[in-house]
Amino acid sequence: MAYILLRHREIPDIHEIDVYEKHGGFAALKKAVTEMTPEQVTEEVKASGLRGRGGAGFPTGLKWSFMDKNNWPHYVVANADESEPGTFKDREIMERNPFQFLEGVAIASYAVGANRAYIYLRGEFWPIAHFLDEKIAEMEKAGYLGERLFGTDYSLHIYTHLGAGAYICGEETALLESLEGKRGQPRIRPPFPPSYGLYGKPTVVNNVETLTNVPYIIANGAQAYRQFGTEKSPGVKIFSLSGCVNRPGNYELPLGTTFRELIFEHGGGIPEGRNIKAIMPAGASSSFIVATDEALDTPMDYESVPNVGAQLGSASVIVIDDSVSMDWVVEKTIHFFQHESCGKCTPCREGTYWMRKLIERIRHADGTEEEVALLKDVAMQIRGKCLCALGEFSTMAVVSGIERFAPDFEKAVATSSPE
Amino acid sequence: MSKTVTLTIDGKQVTVPEGTLIVDAAKKIGVDIPVFCYHPKMQPVGMCRMCLVEVGRPVVDRATGQVVKNEDGTPQIRFAPNLMTACTTPVSEGMVVLTESEKAHDGHRAIIEFLLTSHPLDCPICDKGGECPLQELTMRHGPPQGRFPYEDKIHFEKHFPLGELIYLDRERCILCGRCIRYQAEIVGEPVIGFYQRGRATEIVTYSDPGFDSYFSGNTTDICPVGALTTADFRFGARAWELKAEASICAQCPVGCNIVFNTRREAKSGGRVVIKRVMPRQNEEVNELWICDKGRFVHHYTHSAERLSRPLMRKGETLQPVSWEDALRTAAEKFEAAGKEVLVLASGRLSNEDLFNLKALADGLGGRAVLYGDMGGGDLTTLVGVGQGTNLATLGAGDAILVIASDLQEEAPIWWLRVKQAAERGATLIVANPRATKLDTYASFVIRYANGDEVQTVLNLAKKTDKIGQAFAEAENAVVFFGSEGLGLEGSQRLAVACAHLLRETGHVGKPNNGLIGVWQRANDQGAWELGFEPVADLQAAFEQAGAVYIVGADPFGDGRLTLDGVKERPFLVVQEILPTPTTEVADLVLPAQAYAEREGTYVSGERRVQRFYAALPPYGEARPDFAITAAIGKRLGLDLEDGSAEKVFERLAVTQPAFENLTYARLAEVREQWPIVGRGDLYYGGTAYENRRGLGVQLVPAAQREEPVTLPEVQGEAGPRPEEDEWLGVPVTRLLDRGTTVLLSTLLHRRIGEPFVVVHPMAAERLSLAEGQKARLTVNGASAEVTVRVDETVSAGVVLVPRSMGLPLYEPMKVSLKAL
Repeated sequence: MAYILLRHREIPDIHEIDVYEKHGGFAALKKAVTEMTPEQVTEEVKASGLRGRGGAGFPTGLKWSFMDKNNWPHYVVANADESEPGTFKDREIMERNPFQFLEGVAIASYAVGANRAYIYLRGEFWPIAHFLDEKIAEMEKAGYLGERLFGTDYSLHIYTHLGAGAYICGEETALLESLEGKRGQPRIRPPFPPSYGLYGKPTVVNNVETLTNVPYIIANGAQAYRQFGTEKSPGVKIFSLSGCVNRPGNYELPLGTTFRELIFEHGGGIPEGRNIKAIMPAGASSSFIVATDEALDTPMDYESVPNVGAQLGSASVIVIDDSVSMDWVVEKTIHFFQHESCGKCTPCREGTYWMRKLIERIRHADGTEEEVALLKDVAMQIRGKCLCALGEFSTMAVVSGIERFAPDFEKAVATSSPE
Repeated sequence: MSKTVTLTIDGKQVTVPEGTLIVDAAKKIGVDIPVFCYHPKMQPVGMCRMCLVEVGRPVVDRATGQVVKNEDGTPQIRFAPNLMTACTTPVSEGMVVLTESEKAHDGHRAIIEFLLTSHPLDCPICDKGGECPLQELTMRHGPPQGRFPYEDKIHFEKHFPLGELIYLDRERCILCGRCIRYQAEIVGEPVIGFYQRGRATEIVTYSDPGFDSYFSGNTTDICPVGALTTADFRFGARAWELKAEASICAQCPVGCNIVFNTRREAKSGGRVVIKRVMPRQNEEVNELWICDKGRFVHHYTHSAERLSRPLMRKGETLQPVSWEDALRTAAEKFEAAGKEVLVLASGRLSNEDLFNLKALADGLGGRAVLYGDMGGGDLTTLVGVGQGTNLATLGAGDAILVIASDLQEEAPIWWLRVKQAAERGATLIVANPRATKLDTYASFVIRYANGDEVQTVLNLAKKTDKIGQAFAEAENAVVFFGSEGLGLEGSQRLAVACAHLLRETGHVGKPNNGLIGVWQRANDQGAWELGFEPVADLQAAFEQAGAVYIVGADPFGDGRLTLDGVKERPFLVVQEILPTPTTEVADLVLPAQAYAEREGTYVSGERRVQRFYAALPPYGEARPDFAITAAIGKRLGLDLEDGSAEKVFERLAVTQPAFENLTYARLAEVREQWPIVGRGDLYYGGTAYENRRGLGVQLVPAAQREEPVTLPEVQGEAGPRPEEDEWLGVPVTRLLDRGTTVLLSTLLHRRIGEPFVVVHPMAAERLSLAEGQKARLTVNGASAEVTVRVDETVSAGVVLVPRSMGLPLYEPMKVSLKAL
């Protein structure tokens, strides 16, 4: 099949502006700006059923339509903070197919009436930020960005901004705080960014991959996009496959593709003849899916994955095989979230620290079964009380690990001893 | 009226304005939802998660838009799956809130348990113990047993000084951010902030010196744990040992309502001493705040230097004498001087003291003079702000002019409230000869040359520019005039010009309109009300007098009076609490009680008459000023009241029209204030005290009594201008000066610093001086060593000389400045 997002895999040098133009580049932007009203663009994206690819899966067109029309200016912010362990799709898009992403930013900006758009990149992406700066300059030179685009009254400038390397800045309100030059800590929601966003102004925050879908939708229409994927989860998705598989990497597939197809056909199965044990479909924020046949045959879309006890999220599929004990994975995720907890709200700040102390004792000292129970208890005590989703996510692997892979923890307790 | 919303909290119905937060709605009906990060004076942030409650809303049928009813006709309620933070969730119609349900309790227990995992639980040595929200909420909601091993706690070095006034204990800190938000949101001086993230987060200061803000002490009141404590009170006493007595801060004309916390203690020789000063809520005066001067300048009350017995001059020295001898001598000398008695009293004294002093002077046919170098009090009695004025209600559509005053240095809480009025949309006009911190919030900044004060006001009155128009067109307008760069005559002329401006633009005789003097002392306004006025030539008045009675003033220390060249010195009676250069040259010294030792009233700059109460027993043989004066008067056959301050006030109210119908009982009246603070739930508003002893009463200015108001003519220039090739020294006021009482609080010394002057960089260059360099300032033959500071907003020909820093300059005067 032809790629919609990872087009650089078919078209060499698509990161060169003339190559991109030759392959239909910027036609969608020109069409939107010269032939469509902002409302028509938003309606088209709504009709396509495109949902946010950052993890939450919120309908993109609907989000755009929420922008407060009585409060100006409006902003568009591309979330390029890609920090979820196991997620590496936005990076490939920006490095290899940058113009399609930037065109998506421009169309989104036109749709919501923003004359300024910001790309917020994680601090480690500084070479990408410089690369994008070059691409933005080329677009300005070619008349795709800047003042009075295509002879209309519409003007747009895009700026890149680097974070300082904090996972929390991928949370949209923390991202906005950071972009404003403040500490990257989440705000209370509501109000949501479309009513109170950057500098308190209506703001659309979209993931890189989400925006990269937009030129295709505008160029080819919502119906063309809907030929891929399922009724409620239309379109294609980049699945970042990692862990215990033979061929890890990014795979652009229609939503609704089964885990089995991704892992065993595209990913080449489990190395060295071992057996698949568990799947984390949404990176470190994911609950573990027990890799039963039923689970493997589950379609990867926003509606089906919850049936096997997890969320699709950012579709960062981490495969775990039977050589891995789950208490080890749980220690990794706890360590990650404890390190990344911003410290703003109590349950996440204190709870992740407590969980870290407990898992360390369970795995490396004289942990007891009571402490395994306490670990789950602490995780449950964090749930439903945090300011943002980070604290909630920190408990996913812990609770599902202890519930679904109890023997691994029993074994950990039985064999652990003070170092 | 804004729209209202009716909801049910724990089965009780409450109707509140739309937009009210659940936590505040609950507070109104006596339901105390536990909080740590929320504070009713600040924007909610929902960080600590302590206020989790169950929230249900009526189910609405999407098709009909109607509320779905149960079989019994009650609305069907759908509860949110997760607990919600009561501090960030606004109320809505028909909402049902459960704060005591099992689920809500689970939430409270969970948050307390999480907080305690990193808390050292060192309550037995913690200053906050006994008035600690964390302690209180742990008792109410905490788990009976800890599940977190003690050895897993993170430890920090304790007692970390953020500045020399405020200490931080990072182990106790629960990272609620109240202190940081207070400094950023309320004060606008974000000198502290969070550093690091997650469990490693700590509070740090960004300023040098650390925690550089005059409002820093307030953060210790709103800190919900023992993380922030004052250097003054640290390990000083336990909260439950303290007695509390209401008072009024005597450090500036704002009249902040305060409480003196006192304790009898062995280390003070078994005496009752003030252990700390706390704010007492008065939403029309100081809300829940006080400045650091008011908080920390209380040590003079128990200074070992205090005058405890009457002293009489015997040759070169002052010798103790009995009160009887002292009073008799004073009476004899005053009687002999008759009409040549000069009473010189300051605005440090209460109305009762001043009333008796005036009666004494009048009875003898002598003269009563106010000690000070600022005029205009006659005008504030005419066109002062109207009764009902509350700066907190000024906002969009209103205007405030601040002229010739560095308000943060002279009256910090006014500065805070003016800043907030500007943030609410009031047009703020700041007119001053140099930049001040208030400029940041000004709609218009007028930088006039020294000497152009009156002209600046006249220009505004012309309404020809947008500033004048904005002022004239404002719905309400208040003018704060001060004495920056001015002496008595200059400030008097400025006040006259301001009074005309207000009257011509229709801004007199109404609440939130009128003139406010930024006085140098707490009760200067009261002194003017009672007929005291300063004189231009104090030295002449002194030399012409037969006997002089100086009360609550140190003119010899301030360089206002000298005995040099005086041929025939008058008999000098000085009534004071501490030895000063003035008591040193006295013939008779009468020991007075500090105001914290007796009752009385002050009139604030906003003309609010407020009571203060006796918090301490008398020191030694010291007596209240009014009683000493009355005792002298009695010996002169004058009918002066000496029974109690209240009795003096009764007479005062009868004879002074402005005080008509006022009584101590009326001044002690209180009303319900919002936010509700100081009751059983310190976690809500902090440790500021509830006001139970009186909100005071604002005097009605003549213009509001609809009496004919005759204003004096406006006179040309306010002050002299610098001439070519000379340096004009002008006085400015600093909050922390080298006043006798201030210096006795040693922890303020670093902030007070050494005497200094401020000049323009070009002036510094011409004088071959640089920032920080030592120089010699000479004024009128007297000279002092000063440190030079440079400020490019100061006029080129002037030298700013701070008042009460030991430099004898009280009005614009030629000075010389030479490098040392």
